[in-house]
Amino acid sequence: MQSHSSIPIILLQAVSVCFRIPQEPIGSFKEYVIRFLQNNVRYHDFWALREINLEILQGETFGIIGPNGAGKSTLLKVIARVLVPGSGHVRVRGKVAPLLELGAGFHPELTGRENIFLNGTLLGHKHREINNRLEQILEFAQVDGFVDSPLRTYSSGMVARLGFAVATAWEPEILILDETLSVGDESFRGKCSKRLEEFQTKGTTTLLVTHDMGLAQSKCKRAALLYQGKIQHLGPVEDVVRTYRERFSV
Amino acid sequence: MTTIYDSNKRRPIFIEELIGIIHYRDLIFQLVRRDIVTRYKRSILGVAWTMLNPLGLMIVLTLVFSNLFHSIHQYPAYVLSGLIAWNFFSQTTTASMSLNVWGGSLLHRIYLPRSSFTVSAIGTGLVNLVLSIPPLVIIMLIIGTPIRWTILLLPYSILLLAAFALGIGLLLSSWATSFPDIVEMYQIALIAWMYLTPIIYPQDIIPVTYRLFLVDLNPMYYLIQVFRLPVYDGILPPLHILLIATGIALITFLLGWIVFSKNADKIIYRI
Repeated sequence: MQSHSSIPIILLQAVSVCFRIPQEPIGSFKEYVIRFLQNNVRYHDFWALREINLEILQGETFGIIGPNGAGKSTLLKVIARVLVPGSGHVRVRGKVAPLLELGAGFHPELTGRENIFLNGTLLGHKHREINNRLEQILEFAQVDGFVDSPLRTYSSGMVARLGFAVATAWEPEILILDETLSVGDESFRGKCSKRLEEFQTKGTTTLLVTHDMGLAQSKCKRAALLYQGKIQHLGPVEDVVRTYRERFSV
Repeated sequence: MTTIYDSNKRRPIFIEELIGIIHYRDLIFQLVRRDIVTRYKRSILGVAWTMLNPLGLMIVLTLVFSNLFHSIHQYPAYVLSGLIAWNFFSQTTTASMSLNVWGGSLLHRIYLPRSSFTVSAIGTGLVNLVLSIPPLVIIMLIIGTPIRWTILLLPYSILLLAAFALGIGLLLSSWATSFPDIVEMYQIALIAWMYLTPIIYPQDIIPVTYRLFLVDLNPMYYLIQVFRLPVYDGILPPLHILLIATGIALITFLLGWIVFSKNADKIIYRI
């Protein structure tokens, strides 16, 4: 595979995202019309991201840390193309695979097999591609005997395993890991980390969002500290973690 | 081939949305399949309910109204052909709103063409519509309504209905994500719209003074006519009805598509 390590795989230039939040929640259309006519719709602007500049190179594992509400999830949504920023420039080369909440698109009445196809197409894969990987997905998920039973008969561990197996059946160019993965039992967790490490050796770029500083230090070389929608510190993970501890530890 | 997403180099948004839907066509198929399979999963008669539902309503309406509307020959065929077209419209437009509200949680997590759920609602409706045509034909054979070659126009009539319903569904979903009340308001509007359109009663009982609003300015009148005339009456729709219906369907579809696409980036900020 040709290396593009000099070109950033993810590039963010002056990216800002602002949510307009009505000061008092408006519950109904009627209320809105009345307030609109009275010119009484007040918003306050919440800047989830302000002027973010970030370059992430191909193949690196990049850590994103920060306290709750710092804007980490919003940043991931911008990169995953879910949220179009109000201003600024985003460029992402390659497919983004989000491992945010596994099995979000599963339907309890459909069988495991049917759910694989539903979830696979939700992730943007073609029917044929899913068919080709079906055996591999089932083998990894270890749901033997339940393949053609409705998902509601599965244990929560089985659902999570199936979700992980579908989401990671294709080697992504960019992988988003939100929080530590706690899927199933000890042995399955080992299998999951092994698969993710395989991706990293093959050149997948990984964004790791975590509150676990030890994990960030063991997996990443570079990291960014996000607070109040701004990047407070960007650099080698040790420095960033030190800043985080100085500012936010009790 | 590497897919590149660049927020500065985007195509016009309604073209981008169209390309997205074509690319995600297998997802649309899976969503339609899910809706059909799960709807009747635990019922004994299953998908047969799709056919039994309009048949039941037809029997009720025939018992109540067939003596009242003497001018209509073979009332069951008249009312059923109108109801099938109406049900398609009302079900798909309602479903497109609730599916978008449901799909909101998914749209927050992964990139999908935002119109996926509305398009799949139309797909599900089309499957149900096609399934309810055999019972209609059987009823027509039983009560002796002649079936003529004009029935071959039906695919075109269905295409117009689908384009119109997709346009309205997209417009409604653009608004319903900001104002969930639209969903409830639309339910009431639909009931009024149905009784104001000549579906269960003959067109000629409408007083001349109301004709302008209930017939001439009612888009569903033309779309129902294009569906009913080739089936029940066994004639081709007059050219002006065909042209007006085509125009309404096309304009509504384009309007819905453009309004929805322009709002698509903002939808995620609201749901």
